[in-house]
Amino acid sequence: MSRESALVSADWVEEHKSDANVVLIEVDEDVSAYDAGHIAGAIKLDWKDDLQDPVRRDFVNQQQFQELLSARGVKNDDTVVLYGGNNNWFAAYAFWYFKLYGHGDVRLLDGGRKRWELDSRELTDDVVKREATEYVAKEPDLNIRAFRGEVEEAIGVKNLVDVRSPDEYAGRLLAPAHLPQEQAQRAGHIPTAASIPWSKAANDDGTFRSDEELKALYADAGVDFGKDTIAYCRIGERSAHTWFVLHELLGQENVKNYDGSWTEWGSLVGVPVALGDEPGQA
Amino acid sequence: MCGAKQGGLDLKGVDIDKEAVIQGQVLRGEEPVGGAYVRLLDASGEFTAEVPTSATGHFRFFAKPGEWTLRTLAPKADPVDRQVVAQYGAVAEVAVTV
Repeated sequence: MSRESALVSADWVEEHKSDANVVLIEVDEDVSAYDAGHIAGAIKLDWKDDLQDPVRRDFVNQQQFQELLSARGVKNDDTVVLYGGNNNWFAAYAFWYFKLYGHGDVRLLDGGRKRWELDSRELTDDVVKREATEYVAKEPDLNIRAFRGEVEEAIGVKNLVDVRSPDEYAGRLLAPAHLPQEQAQRAGHIPTAASIPWSKAANDDGTFRSDEELKALYADAGVDFGKDTIAYCRIGERSAHTWFVLHELLGQENVKNYDGSWTEWGSLVGVPVALGDEPGQA
Repeated sequence: MCGAKQGGLDLKGVDIDKEAVIQGQVLRGEEPVGGAYVRLLDASGEFTAEVPTSATGHFRFFAKPGEWTLRTLAPKADPVDRQVVAQYGAVAEVAVTV
């Protein structure tokens, strides 16, 4: 868990994209982005069709993840490099899946698709087909995933980090402003959660800020690094970005992503909700 | 700036009485710039959302009424900031030149 083991640069990808054991995987919110152009050799995972259970609100289970990666030609000992649009939101979300199901060597391309495009690096629409494998997923590591009961118990006890935009935190918006407003029944945030938008962890070009800047960001916003931390957003993808920062870049232990996030919490009966720009009371 | 202009994005299916829409096109000279990134910053300068432009250089945000800044990043160009006011009932249409 360090910047060196979890993050690669665009230059690293250029140097290693033809290595037999390096698998580039693009994961986007806009699932058509890959088809219009992707990094040479990269395969695609669809965050919804591939990574979500088609019936229940949950993500794919161990067996489904195993079958998915086997069909896409990923081996257990491959170095998986994830990247995507939206400042790597969904790539970070997929990174969290790979960790949850115990993949050994998984990394994120710093800056993702945006930095790559802004650098005018090459994209291709070549069809990539990898030979099927027999991937074995491990039992899910629930040390990095939080469920609603644990979140309720964490109010006023653990660090709760709300990584949505300030207007979503305060209850003035229900979703990111590039999406139609919909989803949760109620707006606001989980009481005592600190508002630390995911975007503060990244530069305009999508690359991550330095470790020193990141440490100061969370400490100044009230995160106690001696306590356990749960991050959440609207559906768990932006908070996977912050989970990546805290757990992988800064090496914090006991950081969980609450992927139920606001679409679950804001629709639950009987849970506390805080409105406005202040964290509120436990 | 306000009011959908001819040639702008199709508003079919968008209820502009309920959505404070900001949309527009990124241009380099007369040419649309696809694959640019438009960031929506709130009145305090805080990041709120970001979209890549379409092949025709278009982008759209569903904001809330108020003052916003659009920051546009494009290959081989310096970032460009544009101020915009969003409101219900009218589309804020913005042309950004990089």
